[in-house]
Amino acid sequence: MSASTNTRMQPGSTVLWEKGDAAGHDALGTRTFGFWLYMLTDAMVYAALFAAFGVLAHNAGLTSKSMLASVFDAQAAYRDTIVLFASVLAYGYAMVALKKGSRTGVAIGIIVATILGVIFLNMVTGDLEHLFSQGVVPQLNGFLSIVFTLVIYHALHIVVGVLWMLVMLMQMGRDGFTSNVVYRLINLRIFWHFQAVIWVFLFVFVYLQGKVI
Amino acid sequence: MFVHLQGPWNPVWGRLSLQAIPYQNPILVGTFLFAMIAALAIVGAVFYFRAGPYLWREWFTTVDHKKIGVMYCLLGLVMLFRGFIDALMIRSQQAMAVGPHSPGYLGALHGYLTPFHIGQVYTAHGLIMVVFAATPLLVGIMNIVVPLQIGARDMAYPYLNALGFWLTAAAAALVMLSLFVGNFAHGGWYGFLPYFELPYSPGVGVDYWMWAFQLSAIGTTMGSINLIATIVKMRAPGMTWMRMPIFTWASLSTNLIALTSFPVLMVSLALLGLDRYFGTHFYTAGQGGNLMLYNDLFWVWGHPEVYFLILPAFGMMSEIIPTFSEKTLFGYATMVVASFAIGGVSWGVWLHHFFTMAAEPSVNSFYSVTTMLVGIPTGVKVFNWIFTMYRGRVRFELPMLWALLALFLLLVGGMTGMMNAFAASDYMWHNGVFVVAHFHMMVLLIASSIFGAVEYWFPKVFGFKLEQRWGKWFFWFMVLGTAWVFVPMFILGFAGMTRRLDYVPVTQWAPYLRVMLVGMAFYVVALGFFVAHLYVSLRDRMKNRVGADPWGTTRNLEWMTHSPVPAYNFAFIPRVHARDEWAWRKEHGMANLGNESFEDIHMPRNTGVPVLLGALSFALCFALVWRIWWLAAACLGLVVLVIILRSFARKTDEVIPATTVAGVERAAQDALASPARG
Repeated sequence: MSASTNTRMQPGSTVLWEKGDAAGHDALGTRTFGFWLYMLTDAMVYAALFAAFGVLAHNAGLTSKSMLASVFDAQAAYRDTIVLFASVLAYGYAMVALKKGSRTGVAIGIIVATILGVIFLNMVTGDLEHLFSQGVVPQLNGFLSIVFTLVIYHALHIVVGVLWMLVMLMQMGRDGFTSNVVYRLINLRIFWHFQAVIWVFLFVFVYLQGKVI
Repeated sequence: MFVHLQGPWNPVWGRLSLQAIPYQNPILVGTFLFAMIAALAIVGAVFYFRAGPYLWREWFTTVDHKKIGVMYCLLGLVMLFRGFIDALMIRSQQAMAVGPHSPGYLGALHGYLTPFHIGQVYTAHGLIMVVFAATPLLVGIMNIVVPLQIGARDMAYPYLNALGFWLTAAAAALVMLSLFVGNFAHGGWYGFLPYFELPYSPGVGVDYWMWAFQLSAIGTTMGSINLIATIVKMRAPGMTWMRMPIFTWASLSTNLIALTSFPVLMVSLALLGLDRYFGTHFYTAGQGGNLMLYNDLFWVWGHPEVYFLILPAFGMMSEIIPTFSEKTLFGYATMVVASFAIGGVSWGVWLHHFFTMAAEPSVNSFYSVTTMLVGIPTGVKVFNWIFTMYRGRVRFELPMLWALLALFLLLVGGMTGMMNAFAASDYMWHNGVFVVAHFHMMVLLIASSIFGAVEYWFPKVFGFKLEQRWGKWFFWFMVLGTAWVFVPMFILGFAGMTRRLDYVPVTQWAPYLRVMLVGMAFYVVALGFFVAHLYVSLRDRMKNRVGADPWGTTRNLEWMTHSPVPAYNFAFIPRVHARDEWAWRKEHGMANLGNESFEDIHMPRNTGVPVLLGALSFALCFALVWRIWWLAAACLGLVVLVIILRSFARKTDEVIPATTVAGVERAAQDALASPARG
């Protein structure tokens, strides 16, 4: 029973229908909200992958972990971390410029972020190639399968992010700060920060873990 | 890079060759002929009526949530039929192949299906019924009803909505194609590791299963993002959380489950894919793989998925029962809490799918208790429905009959579910048909709710009621079939019969299996009545035309606009004053829909991109199944390219001018005033 059934109403003055189109819906907020939901699904994918990592590491026992420590270069990964975080920082400055409405500022920030992203990718690919050439491949055992899957899945996200930034540069050049461009820039920020967060987990679990033990 | 395959492969056709077409199997040839005749009839009709441009313009490229919902439902219905045929084959095979002296036909030792063939049949039956029949039907109904119930003009992301549908359709097409090109997995719908690994299942069956599953999972995840954002962001002014209709609440809860669980399914399947294509060792028997990892990941999705299916069904019952009891829903707040409690608990029960697989007693006990916890919120819901009917003016119209059947099935399924929740007794009937009978009670509950919901909301979408006479025959024969198939199945479960048998070794079970076959005959008759029900309804559609509120005692926002609903849903966005707004307006004498001085309405513009992406995904998965690398690479590249190009589109919406709105509104009023109304 709805409580308001009992309230006294004046039919003449009750507003039954709204005027205007979207009736207070916030288009930008809706777009960003949906993107957060998407990020949640991606977080679940990573959660499942890290769970698999836990299971397969347990399976492999300590031998694989010490192998991990001997083959994965934590110092190189630290270098990767700095580059990726610098890229995120550059993108952050682009967003500061967006608040000021400066197209040049946004463009410079994104270009720097893109270049750093490409450098990151280059470094990760180099690391992987080095490992592959030494015969450390995902096909070796279950533990290495999940380690490489995690690293490569993350790198694929960086590829998508770099592509997205290039697209945004073009759209910004063509349209300026239309609502489409703005919400995409905001969503890209969420995406890019998220990849940095995931990298922290990767760094800890893949590159550092063997060292600690 | 890729795993080296045994057997022929060439760069152009991959593994595809003429041998992939099973022309030596008369059953499949017959199916193929049937499918071809049906397809020719449909294509012929499209050409004869010159309906192609109309279909393309109004349906294939649509971003209208109602039309997408209708297409979801049609897809679900077609796949329901396919799944039913599979069930018919399983039941008839088991009725024939009993005991060592039972005859064999068509190359089978007993019965008429070889073990390989019936394996594919039950795998397809399970996958299709869960993923391609129930899910599209439920998503379709949510798609249609939720925006209407919250007073929105469309979903939050209409383009994504269409994309989700076309991906699901592509996945369904992939399953259907496996009938005629290659074969399907034959190890059960939820996968069976390490049997599904490449060395043991080198054929394309597992690949078909995997990619179809994966594609539909992506589609459903997109749909869930869309529905959640729609419910959170697009509600009409005045619709606070606790004024939301219960079906919308149920949709929110169920899509939160989908949002969080489907990604896990994607991972479980993707890791299998890496094993099969790249030779990694996630689930292999040796080299550090872990097959239990698959079971856990899969059922971490699998059990929430069950509640993903059942919560909207509960929501439908919660809409139908108040309407036909002429009362408001009893215990609204507890219904909301119960929906979310079920959604929450769903995450902590998955291990009960494999109690027997070497978990410690403490672990089994934990999952046993959490499973029983599900009974509490479900019980709350059952009592709420009963108290809603208590002292109501209950009208036994078709939607109500279906809802009541669902309630009874929930009792049977729920009680047996509690029995299954005991880990100790589960050891007795694990993988037995007792469990099968239990979850069929639950999915038939879902099916009943869906039929009820279709009867209930059909007039809203199409503007005329379905007739009642044939519909009631259909209903009662479904009841008969259910009783005759599943009561013996429960008995056989206690007798120790295991599931998925291609041959039944115990001759004493023959009578029960034959009774089940009689039940299947009732289902076939029911199918006939269903067709008659549809035919008569369509024939008499002008006689059964209805206005905004066809049942007279409806309560929510969706009944405040014309039937059929105009493209823009509401000429004016309603302002909400109460829970059960429409009932409130009727009580206060404000039930007139009339309003003049129409305004322009912005709507999203139709686009062919989702169809294109669906087609490309279909080709991509087909290429991956047959390992045609050039095609797969091309399709993947095109998908990325199309997505990027689409993001450059400027004109993604259009304006419906006020004059058009006025015309549509007037026509709807006039149609009601015409004497043809029944």
